[in-house]
Amino acid sequence: MDLAYGPDEIAFRDEVRAFLKERLPQRLADKVRLNHRLDKADLEEWHAILNARGWLGNHWPVEWGGPGWTPVQHNIFDTETGLAYAPRIIPFGLSMLAPVLIKFGSDEQKRHFLPRILDGTDWWCQGYSEPGAGSDLASLRTSAVRDGDHYVVNGQKTWTTLGQYADWIFCLVRTDPTVKKQEGISFLLIDMTTPGVEVRPIILLDGEHEVNEVFFTDVRVPVGNLVGEENKGWTYAKYLLSYERTGIAGVGASLAAFAWLQHIAATEQKRGRPLAEDPYFAARLAKIEIELENMRTTNARVLMASGGGAAPLAESAMLKIRGTEIRQEITNLARRAIGPFAQPFVSEALDEGFNGEPIGPDYAAGIASDYFNNRKLSIFGGSNEVQREIITKATLGL
Amino acid sequence: MDFHHDDDRRMLADTLGRYLADRYAFDVRTRIATSEAGWSAEQWRAMAELGIVGALFGEAAGGFGGGGFDIAIVFEQLGAALVVEPFLGTLMAGRVLAGAGETDLVEQAIGGGAVFAFAHGEPQGRYELADIRTAATPTAAGWTLSGAKSVVPQLEAASHILVSARTSGEPGEEAGISLFVVEKGAPGLDVRGYPMIDGGRGGELSLDDTPARIVGAEGTAYAVIEAAVAAGIVALAWEAVAIMDVLKAQTIDYLRTRQQFGIPIGKFQALQHRMATVALEIEQARSSAINAAAALDGDRLARERAVSAAKYTIGRIGTLAAEEAIQLHGGIGMTWELPLSHYAKRLTLIGHQLGDEDHHLERFIELGRELGRTG
Ligand SMILES: Cc1cc2nc3c(=O)[nH]c(=O)nc-3n(C[C@H](O)[C@H](O)[C@H](O)COP(=O)(O)OP(=O)(O)OC[C@H]3O[C@@H](n4cnc5c(N)ncnc54)[C@H](O)[C@@H]3O)c2cc1C
Repeated sequence: MDLAYGPDEIAFRDEVRAFLKERLPQRLADKVRLNHRLDKADLEEWHAILNARGWLGNHWPVEWGGPGWTPVQHNIFDTETGLAYAPRIIPFGLSMLAPVLIKFGSDEQKRHFLPRILDGTDWWCQGYSEPGAGSDLASLRTSAVRDGDHYVVNGQKTWTTLGQYADWIFCLVRTDPTVKKQEGISFLLIDMTTPGVEVRPIILLDGEHEVNEVFFTDVRVPVGNLVGEENKGWTYAKYLLSYERTGIAGVGASLAAFAWLQHIAATEQKRGRPLAEDPYFAARLAKIEIELENMRTTNARVLMASGGGAAPLAESAMLKIRGTEIRQEITNLARRAIGPFAQPFVSEALDEGFNGEPIGPDYAAGIASDYFNNRKLSIFGGSNEVQREIITKATLGL
Repeated sequence: MDFHHDDDRRMLADTLGRYLADRYAFDVRTRIATSEAGWSAEQWRAMAELGIVGALFGEAAGGFGGGGFDIAIVFEQLGAALVVEPFLGTLMAGRVLAGAGETDLVEQAIGGGAVFAFAHGEPQGRYELADIRTAATPTAAGWTLSGAKSVVPQLEAASHILVSARTSGEPGEEAGISLFVVEKGAPGLDVRGYPMIDGGRGGELSLDDTPARIVGAEGTAYAVIEAAVAAGIVALAWEAVAIMDVLKAQTIDYLRTRQQFGIPIGKFQALQHRMATVALEIEQARSSAINAAAALDGDRLARERAVSAAKYTIGRIGTLAAEEAIQLHGGIGMTWELPLSHYAKRLTLIGHQLGDEDHHLERFIELGRELGRTG
């Protein structure tokens, strides 16, 4: 075994580092590090910078504009962008819909939509969950009834992340209510400006607007917007969920968040000494550092074994569970680290251009809200309990 | 042994519970908690009239309670309704004032006229009670104070602020700390208020040659502060236990009603065992809160060990209960609209008041050593 990078890999890492140094705006990196608000323009700005370099659709096949990276290169890219506090790539169009279109979409759909995903013309959101269908996604009820060359869609999606920004939503809809629940589902692309589509905000516990409810009332969708075959949507949905898991453990972002936590722990004082030297806190830090280092290797092992393509479900589940637990623990420690300064919450301090005096240290403002917001990590994308079910069924034979 | 409250205390709990159910419903609470003022003077006066403030003080100070279990019963009700009014500061500052014979002021608070803030923690202090740098200087007329106090709950609401300051000694030393009363609007006093993430408001206090009146003996306030903080911890522990009970009840209810895969999610053994763990841990938290309340009026070492044990316990279990409640609710547990998320936030942030889990674990160990030396 050899855990070290080879010369080509080191060269690639240096290339990524040089790119980040030159092209990642400091403004954006500061926002990410300090948990300040990123708006649509910020995210689009970063997408455009990556696209100009040909690195935005980095999981895409070369013929559609992907860079043709090896699993190790993907891993290096994720780690380095994370460590540099780059904004995350918003996955809905790029790493959820695109792989489905590439594998199952019509030529016309590919030619039309894929370039628009890359250049940012279309912002996509994911319409899977419904009020009654969360973990039990296949029980979804939003219906699509064929009427000539349209489907007429009625129903409600929920938890639609950043749907307030979206031009399009990819939806799972029920096209046949008479068969087994997994067999009557189709995968439909819906223009958010179609009459009958209504988006309503859901405010999360930190006071932020990041998710939405989307209502469909007699929404007419051209049949050309059906992906693949009618009633085969569940297959595509599962493909989407298991596709390309390089980012799922979030190792790069956790390494960066941990580095920042170490900075905070070195800055905060307890009895005149850095908090990082306090044995109780030091133990908490050490445990997470060990877990993170282990995760880094587990992640790399899974990626290498899956050859860069779809990782098996059970392995993705392991990455998802442990990766999100580590990230949540980092935010938990950051919250603890700032002591009483976790209590004040001046929302404006998270906006660009705020020049009021911080309450306590300048890094404290977004930490508690980030901790609460990140409780979502173990809930969405298939809750960690559901991931454990997957491991149990797929690999333990229980 | 008897783990029941006596009749008077039960009546008080009933009265307060009924008031809060009628007048402090969750939407009212949210309006107050997120308002500009971050508290309600009207609610405060009404609750004072019910005797709630009086229950926190002994007869010598004009109250009719003041024991550990009086504090417990009040804060348990306040926690269940997620009340943001300035009870904690009034409790801690009021006990100091009562101890120093300032009964007039305490009586005003009992009547609802005066509101106290307990301004002890400093920006650099990180839960260390003796890390006091605010300086007191004698003048012809009395004293002036200069320094800063940090994250004081409901500071803006207070008519009287109790401030600790050094009359001698070095930061970290127990000797040389004294207590002072500063009145709202005093010269050189600056209050910078802000919303707290779990509702209500807090503030940073800065003092610049601010005239102040000394309370109690000069230089020996450490013991008084420690005792007031112990009372505050008993209050927080019971507030926390009440919040845990609410989270538990709401989560069990959700597990029974939320259907996925054609059955209530509470039928999944993976969730049943998690809920069982939370339930048994909450009983441990309750016992720690009982132990702390029982020890409040006794010997110092026993008291301090019991309150540190309680604060450690509710810190650890509070995080568990809050995180599990959100998790078992799935997406809905993450929303502002669901009261549960606000209970979870408050419970978590209680861990940041008067010392966190690590602080009190360390302190418990040190107090054990002290006990070994004296015992
Ligand atoms: C911030 C956020 C963003 C999201 N973004 C999107 C998005 O963009 N698009 C989208 O379609 N969806 C999105 N979701 C929805 C997310 O995928 C669902 O919340 C998730 O699948 C859980 O479903 P639920 O909320 O209905 O919880 P439920 O399924 O009701 O689960 C409640 C609890 O029961 C547990 N549970 C359920 N079934 C089992 C079982 N069989 N065994 C053991 N435990 C079980 C769960 O783990 C959870 O703890 C988002 C959610 C959040 C919170």
